[in-house]
Amino acid sequence: MLTGIAFYLFSAVLIGAALMVIASRNPVHSVLFLILAFFNAAALFILLGAEFLALILLIVYVGAVAVLFLFVVMMLDIEFAELKRGALQYLPFGGLVGVILAAELVLVGIGALVPNAGSLVPHATPGHLTNTEALGRVLYTDYVYYFETAGLILFVAMIGAIVLTLRHKPGVRRQKIALQNARDPKLAIELVDVQPGQGGA
Amino acid sequence: MYDAIVFLPLVGALIAGLFGRVIGARAAEIVTSTLLFVSAALSCWAFYDVIFLGHSTLVRVMQWVASGNFKADWAIRVDALTAVMLVVVTGVSALVHLYSIGYMHDDAHRPRFFAYLSFFTFAMLALVTSNNFLQLFFGWEGVGLSSYLLIGFWYTRPAANAAAIKAFVVNRVGDFGFALGIFGIYSIFHTLDFSSVFAAAPVMAGKTFLFAGHQLDILTTLCLLLFMGAMGKSAQIGLHTWLPDAMEGPTPVSALIHAATMVTAGVFLVCRCSPMFEYAPTALAFVTFIGATTAFVMASIGLFQNDIKRVIAYSTCSQLGYMFAAAGVSAYGAAMFHLFTHAFFKALLFLGAGSVIHAMHHEQDMRRMGGLAPMLPFTWTMMLVGNLALTGFGLPFTPIGTAGFYSKDAIIDAAFLHGTPMATYAFWLTLTAALMTSFYSWRQFLMTFHGSWRGAHEEKYASAEDDPFAHDERQTGDEHGHALRLSEVHESPLTMLVPLLVLAIGALIAGALFAHDFIGADAGGFWHATIAAVTGHASAGATLPLWVEVAPFVLTILGFAISYYYYVLHPELPPQMAQRGGFVYTFLYNKWYFDELYDTVFVRPALWIGRLLWKGGDERIIDGIGPDGVAARVIDATREAVRLQSGYIYHYAFAMLVGVVVLATWFMVMFTMGGR
Amino acid sequence: MQVGLANYLAVAAILFTVGVLGIFLNRRNVIIILMSIELILLSVNINFVAFSAFLGNLTGQVFALFVLTVAAAEAAIGLAILVVYFRNRGTIAVETVNLMKG
Repeated sequence: MLTGIAFYLFSAVLIGAALMVIASRNPVHSVLFLILAFFNAAALFILLGAEFLALILLIVYVGAVAVLFLFVVMMLDIEFAELKRGALQYLPFGGLVGVILAAELVLVGIGALVPNAGSLVPHATPGHLTNTEALGRVLYTDYVYYFETAGLILFVAMIGAIVLTLRHKPGVRRQKIALQNARDPKLAIELVDVQPGQGGA
Repeated sequence: MYDAIVFLPLVGALIAGLFGRVIGARAAEIVTSTLLFVSAALSCWAFYDVIFLGHSTLVRVMQWVASGNFKADWAIRVDALTAVMLVVVTGVSALVHLYSIGYMHDDAHRPRFFAYLSFFTFAMLALVTSNNFLQLFFGWEGVGLSSYLLIGFWYTRPAANAAAIKAFVVNRVGDFGFALGIFGIYSIFHTLDFSSVFAAAPVMAGKTFLFAGHQLDILTTLCLLLFMGAMGKSAQIGLHTWLPDAMEGPTPVSALIHAATMVTAGVFLVCRCSPMFEYAPTALAFVTFIGATTAFVMASIGLFQNDIKRVIAYSTCSQLGYMFAAAGVSAYGAAMFHLFTHAFFKALLFLGAGSVIHAMHHEQDMRRMGGLAPMLPFTWTMMLVGNLALTGFGLPFTPIGTAGFYSKDAIIDAAFLHGTPMATYAFWLTLTAALMTSFYSWRQFLMTFHGSWRGAHEEKYASAEDDPFAHDERQTGDEHGHALRLSEVHESPLTMLVPLLVLAIGALIAGALFAHDFIGADAGGFWHATIAAVTGHASAGATLPLWVEVAPFVLTILGFAISYYYYVLHPELPPQMAQRGGFVYTFLYNKWYFDELYDTVFVRPALWIGRLLWKGGDERIIDGIGPDGVAARVIDATREAVRLQSGYIYHYAFAMLVGVVVLATWFMVMFTMGGR
Repeated sequence: MQVGLANYLAVAAILFTVGVLGIFLNRRNVIIILMSIELILLSVNINFVAFSAFLGNLTGQVFALFVLTVAAAEAAIGLAILVVYFRNRGTIAVETVNLMKG
């Protein structure tokens, strides 16, 4: 029963926060509501028994992605925008379409159309291992290629972000290591025999 | 040799036309004129050979059409009738070429002019030497085309363009009848060869066939249709409106085409088809009627014209009417004789008028001339000879007479002798026309060369605009900046005067020389049965009374006297009478309102229909549904489609979402309906 | 009452719809779009983990991990693009993002 109350509480807050993300006037508020949504989703994960994923969600999503959002929102000079008339115009029809979509998804999910899903008890981790250990056992053996690929994806994303946003300031002096290494010692130094009293010519 | 006669002018035309710019204008003139003179010399030899030695020939050049049973060849048929026409055509054409060297000397487009002249000569020769109706039609159309090109030679003048189109279109009306006649001939006789058709004609006499829903007499219908073509080409009444406007072309063109050769093609056609016409008395009566009426009406219009060339143009129409009147009373020989002599003196008159125009620096209004005789003595002499020939001056009962005396009187006599009511009608009209001919000829002569100079006088004007006689845009070459003064009028160069002399000699003596050959007792030996009859069929017991023989002479003198009175003795009267107007004067001066009638009845409705079909039918309906319509609908569709491309991602995303939802709903419905 | 798979799926569905609506109902700025994408990915994650839990299979969680990775990468790139776009256009209002208008 406690599970049920917790579930409904977290779900309600989650959906409410999601709605506030898109309805909020202040973009900073939107980001903060997004963070709230993430937290509640993490809670749902924990309810399901996938605690590793829940905390990874918090660390990665909230700690990195949402903070990134916040950085960008604060860096760009974004004004408070009024809710334009255009949105109101689309709201009825768009809302209708959204409601239909949600209804269909829910119907499918509930099993009104696909009778199968039954009322099992959530049992995320087989055996007596912790969620983390179980994931680790699977991740680095059966799914190692996908793991490596995920790493590559992150690598590409990093390079992409740098390439997109890097600006070279003019007039900044840098070392050109290659040139330095390619210097020929014989040409770099010249031995001059200076006679006393004749200066350095 | 006969090939040379026909094709040398074509060679000249090609050389001058295609290479005129390369070889230069002088060379083009010389080449074409020389070739024409060679052709003329050969024609004179042919004349002698064919007529006096009797060697008529048929030279087959090449096959043209061989389709099933229908065969038509390019051939050169040279018999007596052809030989006469050859001499006329090549002779006058050669002289006109020579004349044009002087007349057109300051024109920038001489090679084109000479090329057109030579091409015209070739087409006319193809016409007269044809052995079947198809080649004749080719020549017919060829001369029509040349006429268009030459009338509109100065194509930057809108009046010239309009006149050329008018000539071509009016001719086309006649050609329509002509073509129908040719079709009829083929459908009846199953051949277009002259020999075959003329041999078979007697068989068809009196028979009828179904034409346009009625049973009509064969030969009458065919002859009437052929005559319709002749009416158009020879400017007979009804289809005459193009000839006076054709004076927009250069004067040598008027002399060659609209006096001596092209307009006589109709007469030639009727005489050539005389074996057919002889069996169609109704058609002959119609020909007589048209000819006589034309002679009278055209002479009446010519009475009061003020343009020197227009008088001669109406005179040509009138004389052609004479020829058709003669043909209608079966006096084909007289008609051809008048054609022969008319070529000489009419060309002489035109070229003489051209000489006057040239001397007057392209002034053509006779009201601004006068007293030119001392300045232009040679031209004066030539014009005098021409007018004497035209008015048929000669002493009756003596062999003294100009060419026109012999030929015109022959026609009037033949009309009288024929005796039928239509012939009597023709007799009275031609007789009256003789009086009018005399009047307007001498009027033109006296107004131009005698009386007092009515041009500009020796005065000083502040500027050219003050001068009421200052040039209009027709001037070429030297611009004086003031009106022409009498002292500046001078004779034309030799290249223009020599042809005049040759033609004058012909006009004087051709009548006396050739009368007995063409229409006299020896005529049968002359014509060698190429025409059906020579001087017509006199009604039984008819003889020429004295007054008929003397009447033309009296009328000629009378006409001269009247014109002398009005234009030399009392020259102030005609302008006053013109001012007062009066119904008869206005009616005649405005050409019996033919042009206005045609304009209202034919031209305006045709233009209206054309405009309707063009604007309404073509532009709005066909273009609107077709290219323009399709293009406009495409633009409409794309304009709507463009609105989908708003550029906003969320619009596209929304569209995708809607699509997904629709698909999902569809599959769900299918699943629930089908699955259970 | 028993909280079963259906409940989690329903939550995920609603979250998904909210995210999708956020993309085209937003008339303010482009960052909202990116945040809506995160919501969508989050809902997908919930779906995966719910199935993984109820079917006793770890595959769902592994895949959810990867989705997380990709989402993070995509958010980074998306924000980088946004920053460059802002440098060029000076604004991130959605009305101005119509340069591909045809």
